[in-house]
Amino acid sequence: MITIKNLHASVDGKEILRGINLEVKAGEVHAIMGPNGSGKSTLSSVLAGREDYEVTEGEVIFNGKNLLELSTEDRAREGLFLAFQYPIEIPGVSNINFLRTALNEIRHYHGQEEISAKDFLALVKEKQKLVELDVKLTNRSVNEGFSGGEKKRNEIFQMAMLNPKLAILDETDSGLDIDALRIVAHGVNTLKSKENATILITHYQRLLDYIVPDYVHILYKGRIVKSGGKELALELEAKGYDEIKKEFEIAE
Amino acid sequence: MSLAETKSAVTQQLMESLQKQAPKIAFIPDEEIVSAIRQLEEKGIPNNKHEDYKYCNIEAYIRREFKSVEQSFQSLDAQDIAAYKIDEAINLVVLNGSYSPELSEKVIAKGISIQSLNDISGKEKDLIASQAKSFSDSLIALNTVFCNNGLFFKVEKNNAIPMPVHIIYINSADKPSLSNSRSFIHIETGSELTLIESFVNTGTGKVFSNYVSEKLLEENAKLTCYTFQNEGAASYSVHTNSVKVNRYANYSNTTLTLSGELVRNNHNVELAASNCEAHLNGLFLTKGTQLVDNHTLIDHQMPNCESNELYKGIATDKSSGTFNGKIFVRKDAQKTNAYQSSKNILLSDDATINTKPQLEIYADDVKCSHGTSTGKIDTDALFYLKARGIGEESARKLLLQAFAEEVIEKIEVESLKERILQLFEKTL
Repeated sequence: MITIKNLHASVDGKEILRGINLEVKAGEVHAIMGPNGSGKSTLSSVLAGREDYEVTEGEVIFNGKNLLELSTEDRAREGLFLAFQYPIEIPGVSNINFLRTALNEIRHYHGQEEISAKDFLALVKEKQKLVELDVKLTNRSVNEGFSGGEKKRNEIFQMAMLNPKLAILDETDSGLDIDALRIVAHGVNTLKSKENATILITHYQRLLDYIVPDYVHILYKGRIVKSGGKELALELEAKGYDEIKKEFEIAE
Repeated sequence: MSLAETKSAVTQQLMESLQKQAPKIAFIPDEEIVSAIRQLEEKGIPNNKHEDYKYCNIEAYIRREFKSVEQSFQSLDAQDIAAYKIDEAINLVVLNGSYSPELSEKVIAKGISIQSLNDISGKEKDLIASQAKSFSDSLIALNTVFCNNGLFFKVEKNNAIPMPVHIIYINSADKPSLSNSRSFIHIETGSELTLIESFVNTGTGKVFSNYVSEKLLEENAKLTCYTFQNEGAASYSVHTNSVKVNRYANYSNTTLTLSGELVRNNHNVELAASNCEAHLNGLFLTKGTQLVDNHTLIDHQMPNCESNELYKGIATDKSSGTFNGKIFVRKDAQKTNAYQSSKNILLSDDATINTKPQLEIYADDVKCSHGTSTGKIDTDALFYLKARGIGEESARKLLLQAFAEEVIEKIEVESLKERILQLFEKTL
C-alpha cells in the first residue's frame, strides 16, 4: 500500500523527520506513537502534502505511484485520507456541498460519472449513522461551531463517505471523552477491510484498546526507533516515554 | 501649468462639450442650478486631492478616457433589453438617462405612479434636489446642471407592492459619451416596496454615467433595494444615492458590483427622525485594472435609530477596492445603535484594498462599533479542502463563494439571487 524510504523533511530549515522507513500493506493497522515533538504530525502533514514542509531526502511509494510528486488533491484522489488533528472550520461552505464536491472530483479523477443526488443522499444517511453524527450537523457549515468530539466524528464521517485506501488518523483520540472515542473507534473498525489500511498516530495507548493495531512503531526525534506488535504499546504505557528517551539518547 | 489650472481645464472642457447638446431643464429649482454651477467652478471634478476621492481620481479618468465627449447614444429595442429583465418583477427601463415608457412593462400594481421628470409639477417638483445637494459633491452638481430627464417613481400611501419593481438603467453609445441620469423614488407613509436597480451598458463606446438617485421614505415606509452593477469594461460610473428615512421607516440596500472599469458609490443615508433604521450591504469583485470605491455615510440625526453595514470585497490582478464608511451620530441621536463591518480578500500581490471606518459621535448614550479585516484566502481551509480531493481551483471558488455568501444571502428575490450567484461564479 505505502512504502516510506529514508524520508527526511524540514520546516523553516529545521529538520524534523530524519530518515523514516515504514511499510504498510493492505489490511494492516499500524500505530505510530511518540512523545511530543517527535515528528508524528509532521509525518502526517508531509504525507498529505502540506506545503509548509520541505522533503529533503527519501521517497514515498503509494500504490505504485511516487506520492511526493502528486498534488495534495491528487493524493486524496488516489485514496489517501488524513483525519486532521485540528479539523478546520469553514464558515459558508456546507458539509453536504463540500462532500459532494469532494466525492465528485474523486470520481471524475477515476473517469466515473457524478453521483446522483439520490444516491448521494442515501450514502450520507448510511454513513452518518456509523458515527452517530447529528443530521443537523451535516447541513451546517464545515465544522463551524462543532464541539471537539463532533469535529472528530465529522472526520470519520468524511472518511466513510470518501472510502480511502489508506487512512491516516492524526491524534484522532485527543480531546475525546470515552463515549466519543468508542463511537470513533467503532467507525474506524467498521470501515476496515482487506483492501484498505490504517495508520494511527497517537500519543496515548488508550485508543489502541479500541482499535487494535497489527504493528506499533515508536517515533523519536524524527526516526522510528523501535517497532513491534501491539504489546509494544502496553510496554510503552507501563514504562512511559522517559524510558525510551533515555534508551535512545544514549544510543545516538 | 499649475494644478488649479489643470483641474479647471478638465472641468471646463467637459462642461463645454456637454453644453453643446444639453437642453434646458425645468424640473430642478433655479437656485439649485446656480449652486451647482458655483460648486463646479470652485471645486471642479474631484481628483485625489479631495479627501473623499483620495483613492478615486475621477478627474484623471475623465482626462484620460473622455477627452472628447460625443454623446453618440443609440436607441435600443425590446429585444436588446430582454436578457436583463427579471421575470418575477415589473421591469422598467431608463435608456441613456431617460425613462422609456415604450420599453417598460405596463404597471399593473395599484398604488404606483411613474412619471418622466420632465412631466412633474407642484409638490413633487419641490422634492427634486431636496436631498442630493450640489454643494456637497461636484458630481451631484454635474448631474444637477446636465441631467435632461429621468424618472419619478412613487408608491402612494398605504400600499404594499406585492412584486418587486426592477429599474434597468441601460446605456448604449458607440463613441465616448457621458450620461447624467436622475431618479426620485418616493415611498409614501405606510407603504412597502422591493426595488431592484440594475445597471448595464451595451454599446461599444465608453460611457461615463453619473447617476443621482434620491429616495424618500415617509413614516412607516419600507424600501428594500438591490443595486446590481454589471456595466462592463467600457463603463465608468458614479452612483449617488441620497436617502432620507423618516419615523418607523426601514431602508435597506444591498449593492452587488461585478464589473465596470470604475464604479464609485456614494451612499448617503439620513436617519432624519426617531425610531427608523438603515441596513447597507455590499459585495464587490474586482479584476484587471478595475476600481470599485464604496463610500457610505449614515447620518444619525434623531434618537433610537439603528444602522448596520456589511461590506465585503474580493480584489485580484491589479484592481483595487475601497470601503469608506462614515457614521455620524449627532447630539440629539441618543440610543443610537450603529454597526459596521468590512471584510476583504486580496487574491494577488498587486491588488489593493483601502478600508476606512469613520465614526463621528456627538451623543453620549450610543452603541457604535466597527470592524475591518483584509487578508489572503485562508490557506488552512484551502489545504483542508484539497486534502479531501477538491482541486485547487474549485477549492478557491468554494471558499470565495462562502465568503460572499453572507452578503448574497440577503437577496430575497430568488431569480436575482440565482443570477448573481451564476455571474459571481463565472467572474471568479
